[in-house]
Amino acid sequence: MKRTYQDQLHFEGRYFMLGALALFITAPLMISIVTGVWPTFDKFLPGFFATAIIFWPVTTIEVFTFSPMLGTGGSYLAFVTGNLTNLKVPAALNAQDALGIEKGTEKGDVISTIAVASSSIITTLIILVGALLIIPLTPLLESPTLKPAFDNIIPALFGALGIVYIMKRWQVAIIPLIFMIIFFLFVPGSGGLVGIMVPVGVALSLATASLLYKKGKIK
Amino acid sequence: MAFLNSWWVYTIVGIIFAYVLLQSAIFLIKARKKALELGFSNKQINKTITSSMIFSLAPSFAILIGLVALSKIFGPMLAGMRLGTLGAVTYELPAAINVINGVYGMNIGDVLTPEMVITALWVMTFGCIPPLLIIPLFFKKMRGRMEQINDKDSSWNSIMMDALFLGMISAFVGYVLAPKVVEGEEPYISLLAILVLVSSAVLIMVFGILMKKFKWDWLKNYALPLSMISAMALAILFASLGVR
Repeated sequence: MKRTYQDQLHFEGRYFMLGALALFITAPLMISIVTGVWPTFDKFLPGFFATAIIFWPVTTIEVFTFSPMLGTGGSYLAFVTGNLTNLKVPAALNAQDALGIEKGTEKGDVISTIAVASSSIITTLIILVGALLIIPLTPLLESPTLKPAFDNIIPALFGALGIVYIMKRWQVAIIPLIFMIIFFLFVPGSGGLVGIMVPVGVALSLATASLLYKKGKIK
Repeated sequence: MAFLNSWWVYTIVGIIFAYVLLQSAIFLIKARKKALELGFSNKQINKTITSSMIFSLAPSFAILIGLVALSKIFGPMLAGMRLGTLGAVTYELPAAINVINGVYGMNIGDVLTPEMVITALWVMTFGCIPPLLIIPLFFKKMRGRMEQINDKDSSWNSIMMDALFLGMISAFVGYVLAPKVVEGEEPYISLLAILVLVSSAVLIMVFGILMKKFKWDWLKNYALPLSMISAMALAILFASLGVR
């Protein structure tokens, strides 16, 4: 029986996505096999936990939030190529809006797929060329002159990221921020505990957010 | 670390880039064919393709700024692979930081060992994996209900996502203030780190004001990476003035 267009998309999309998953895992796997260097559980697990506790829920919610906007084909492609919030979703929405198409329809699905595919091609090529151009500059990255810059990636990233989120949800931010400032200033050796404190911060802010939401203080 | 720039790593990364381009091309060709069947003209389809590509130029160049930062840890090709596939700089950098700083207690600017870099790569690979499992396994069945599920809890979902980020942000803001321990010296609070934190925050606020005042929407994609890289550059300046 001939598959419908949607069925065909799901059929091919699944294989492509699982293939992508296999390839993404192959990269660190091959590196570990060839170099003989494997992560140990005592180093992998805390880093993984601190990362997954935030990004597993975030990326899961993104599936439910973005897939209605992206359509079937767009979803199978966008969640492989990434950069959804800043690239793929806006590209898909813009393309549908430009043609006056309703989202969630077959026409919307098709146009979204075209937009996401086009965006993916150009972004992938730009990143590939960018990476190739950076290769000869790699020794510069190790230069002692640049060391203060790389030593301060954390404040550089979280200063900008932090102020955006804190201003957006200051009621949620206050308690975890005050707690962390006091903890890190006054607990001896606190600098070595940031890996553990990320999940603690997440628990605190989720608890605060939940309480405020239930009381109707935030929407 | 020589292996980061070895031919076999380049080959693996090249295969992944080729795969992504192949999937994109196949989906584009098939969607184009379906679009013609649905009554779209060649002109409309070509316009969609070109405008999506042009639309993606500015954000793609913004990603390259993050690529420079990530290249310090993984070399340009692996960093490009991470940024060119599922994930974004707002995921990849914190994930790498969780390992390098959080687990090993090192700075990105330090000389890192292969174990640190490879562990970070494994964490980054599995740290954002849910969509690659949820979509192939459940998307078809749940397609119709996804919008309902999202609408039901969309307000809480948005708050929860912000709260998750705020939890991480609060920990790292606190970490910036933590007394630095250097062997043979008294612990000290790094004024340099605090200045960089504040500079980065001020810069993104300035960009926000410029976007509003002059309607520079194009700046939206660049605000975060530019603030970050500018603050990193200011770190070099402050350090040269003796700030630590």
